[in-house]
Amino acid sequence: MTAPSFDIAIIGAGVVGCAAWRAFTLAGLSCVLIEREADIISGASKGNSAILHTGFDATPGSLEVACMREGYRLYREIHERLGLPLLETGAMVAAWSAEELEKLPGIVTQAHQNGVMDVTQMTAAQVRAREPGLADDVKGGVWIPGEALIDPWSAPLAYARQALANGGTLRLNAEVISGSFTGGAWTLNIKNDAPIQARIVINCAGNFGDLVEAIARPSPFTITPRKGQFVVYDKPAHDLVQSIILPVPTARTKGIVITRTAFGNLLVGPTAEDQPERRLATTETATLNALHAAGCRMLPALSGMEITTAYAGLRPATQFKDYQIEALPARNWITAGGIRSTGLTGALGIARHMSGLYEEHFGTLKPLPSPLWPRVPNLTEALPRPYAQPGRSEIICHCELVTRDEIAAALAGPLPAGSIGGLRRRTRCMMGRCQGFYCSRRVLELAAPHIPGLADA
Amino acid sequence: MHNVTIIGAGPAGLTAARVLAQAGIRDVQVLERNPHPGGLPRFCDHPGWGVWDMHRLYNGPRYAAELIRRAAGADILINTTVTAMEPNGHLHISTPGGPEYLQSRIVLLATGIREKPRGARLVSGTRPWGVTTTGAFQEMAQAGQIPFRRPVIIGSELVAFSALLTARHAGIKPVAMLEPGPRILARRPGGFFARAIFGVPVRTNTQLLEIRGIDRVESVLLERNGQREELACDGVIFTGQFTPEAWLPRSAGLQIDPATNGPAIDNFFRCSDPAYFATGNLLRPVEHSGFAALEGARAAAQILRALRGELPPPDAAIPVTPGGALRYIYPQRIIPGGAQIQLYGRASHAHKGRLRAMADDRLVFERLISILPERRISLTLPSSALAGRKSLAVILD
Repeated sequence: MTAPSFDIAIIGAGVVGCAAWRAFTLAGLSCVLIEREADIISGASKGNSAILHTGFDATPGSLEVACMREGYRLYREIHERLGLPLLETGAMVAAWSAEELEKLPGIVTQAHQNGVMDVTQMTAAQVRAREPGLADDVKGGVWIPGEALIDPWSAPLAYARQALANGGTLRLNAEVISGSFTGGAWTLNIKNDAPIQARIVINCAGNFGDLVEAIARPSPFTITPRKGQFVVYDKPAHDLVQSIILPVPTARTKGIVITRTAFGNLLVGPTAEDQPERRLATTETATLNALHAAGCRMLPALSGMEITTAYAGLRPATQFKDYQIEALPARNWITAGGIRSTGLTGALGIARHMSGLYEEHFGTLKPLPSPLWPRVPNLTEALPRPYAQPGRSEIICHCELVTRDEIAAALAGPLPAGSIGGLRRRTRCMMGRCQGFYCSRRVLELAAPHIPGLADA
Repeated sequence: MHNVTIIGAGPAGLTAARVLAQAGIRDVQVLERNPHPGGLPRFCDHPGWGVWDMHRLYNGPRYAAELIRRAAGADILINTTVTAMEPNGHLHISTPGGPEYLQSRIVLLATGIREKPRGARLVSGTRPWGVTTTGAFQEMAQAGQIPFRRPVIIGSELVAFSALLTARHAGIKPVAMLEPGPRILARRPGGFFARAIFGVPVRTNTQLLEIRGIDRVESVLLERNGQREELACDGVIFTGQFTPEAWLPRSAGLQIDPATNGPAIDNFFRCSDPAYFATGNLLRPVEHSGFAALEGARAAAQILRALRGELPPPDAAIPVTPGGALRYIYPQRIIPGGAQIQLYGRASHAHKGRLRAMADDRLVFERLISILPERRISLTLPSSALAGRKSLAVILD
C-alpha cells in the first residue's frame, strides 16, 4: 500500500499546529495535520487565559517576544476576515505591596525594550479611577492598553478551517508512534492506521513535544507539563473589572490574573504546578478555593458572585524559558517545542518564523494567489450572535444563548466537533452557569448521532 | 405597555398567571424560554405533585399540564428568552421573530431554581463525560438517552430519591448514594427506601474527594472516617444544593440577598426596583413545587393590589436580617401596616434552641424550636409590633 505523500506533515493540532498548517497551506504546499485525539485543540491549547498579549513582559531579545509581537500583529491583521473577535480591554499590572511597587518602573522599561511603547506607570489613584472594584490596598500599577481578549478556541479553529478550505489534509485519531527518514522523506507510522509520508515534518506536539522530537534526534529539551487551574465566574461578575488585572510577575509565572473573557465571564487563575502527567489536568478543590480567596482579596465584590465552573490546562514547559524552535536541515525537520502559555498569542508569529526557517533551508514558498477566507461562527457579544437574529432557531443552551442551528452546524462539516468537549468549545453549549442542567438532554439528542459513546438509548 | 409580564412558566409563574387572569387582568403574558411550559415537574415522571396547591396527587408531567390548563386566561409565549433587564420593568427579549424590547407595568420574576453542578462545587479530578445533575439526568432519561449504567448519586436531599426513582424507571442501578453529613437529608425513612426498594447502599459521612476517568467517568475517590476508597462507577449524579436562577436580577443590579442568592423582596414580593416582583423558588434555595405555586398566588395577589395603586411606597421598608444559627430569612424588607407579616427562614445546621425576633431592641416574638436545616422555619408577626421600628432581626440561638 502506497502512503499518500505530502510536502509537510505537522504533528499536533494545537494552536501552533493549526497556525502552521494554515501558514504552509496558504504558502502553496501540501500539508497534513496529524492529531492523536478525536478533535483539534484537545491538549495544551484547550485551557488558557484567552488573552492576546502584547509581549510587554517577555524576555527582551528572546524568540518568544519576537513571535509574540509578530503573532499579535498578525492576529490584528487577519481576525476580521476570519470572523474572530478582538475585545480591546487593556491590562493593568497591579502592585499590592511596597516591594511590588518598586518593580513597576522595571516593568515599564522592559515593555519599552520589547517595543510596546504605550505602556505607562500609574499611581494608586489612577489605578483605582480605572478599576474602582480593586481592593483599597492597591499601591500602583502599570497600564498596558494593547492587551486584549480573544476567543481561545475559535482562533485555532479558524486557522484550521482556512487550511482545510485551501486544500489541507487533517488526520484525527492518529497517534504518531515512530518515524523513519530515508531518501529525503519521512514515513510516520500511525497507531492502528496507515502511515503518512512527507518530505518535511514539523513537531508541534505540545506536551508530547520531547517524545515526538525523539523520532528525529535525542530531544534537547524535556517537557515538564505545568498545570494551571482557573475558576470561572458567572456573567454578572464580568463588570467588576474593566480590564485584565495582571500581577507583578515572578521568574516562574505571570501569576494569578483576573480577567474578563470574550464570552462575558470573569476568570481567576492560573496556578503553576509542575506534573509528570502529560494528558490529564485535574482540578483540586483546595487549590480552587485558594484561587477564589486570592481573587476576592484583590476584588472584594467577587465574594458575592456565583462560580460557574473550574478548569485546568497544561502548558508545555521545558528547562528553558524561551521557545525551542529550530530547523534540522539534515533531517528535514522543524521543531516548535516549549511553547508555553503565550502560544495563543504567538501562534501566528511562530508559523511565520517557521516559514522563514523553511525558506532558509528547504525551498521557496509560493503563496496561493487567492486563498479562501472562511469565517468561523461568532461566540462573543463583541459581534452579532444568532440568538438576536430574526428567524433564529430554538435556543438550546439558555445560559450561553446557543441556538439549535449553531449546534447542528458545529456537528456537521467542515471540521465537525469530534468530542463533546469540541462541541462545547465550538458553540459554548453547556459551558454556562448551569453546566448542562437545563440543556444536556437536547444537546445530547443533537450530538449523539455524530459523537460515539455519549449515551445508549 | 403591557400590564403584567411573568418570566418563567413553572409552578410559581403559571399559578401567578392563573390568579391574575382569573381576577380579570387583561394582557398577562408569561415568557417561557423552553419550547414547552410547565417547568421542572415536566421531567419528574413519578407521583408527588399537586397535593399542596391542587389537593390532588399528580405525577410531574400531569401536574405541569394541569398548571398550564388552569392558566388558560394568560398568554404563554414559548421559545422566548429574556436576555437583559432594565429598570422600570423594561426587558430585552429574544424571540424566534427577532429581538424585541418589552415594556410592562409590572414584571414578575419566577425563574425558579437549578441544582449546583459539579463545576460550581469545585470538585477535584478530571472532567470526563458522565457527570450530571438530577435535573439533567431526568430529562435525558425521559428522552431515552442514558449517559451511564452505574452512576454514584451525590447527596441525600429529597431530590436524590427522585433521581433514584428515575434510575429505577430507566433500568439503571446506581452503585451508591453518598452523603457527606451524618444522616440522610430527605425526611423519613429515605435510607431504608434506598436500600430495601432500590438495593442501593447509602453511605453517610462520606466525602467525594475526586472524579477519575479520561473520556468517561471510571471511578470516584471517597473518604469516610479518614479511610480512602476508590469506587468504580461510570457516572456521577450531583443532586440538590439548589441555587436560585437569579442571574437576570443580579446582572440588572437588583439587590441580591447573599444568604438566599435570590433577589431581596419586601413583604409585597417587590424587588429593590418596585416594577419587579419575585416569587417561587427564585427567592431561596428550594421549597417543593406546591409551596412555590402558592407563593406565586400570594405574589399575584400583591400585584393585583399594585395595579390598583394600593401598595405603600417601597422606601418605607425596614431591613430584616438573620442572626445566630439562622441561615436566611425573607422577606428581607418589611413595610409595617396592614395584615400580619409572614416570614420564612432556614437554620444553617441542626439546632435546638430559641427563635426570637427583635424589632430594634424590643423582643416581639419568641419560640423554642428544634429544627433541621432542610426544614422550613415560619413565623408570623402582628404588623403592629413593627410600627415605628427601624429594623427587625430574627435570631436563632
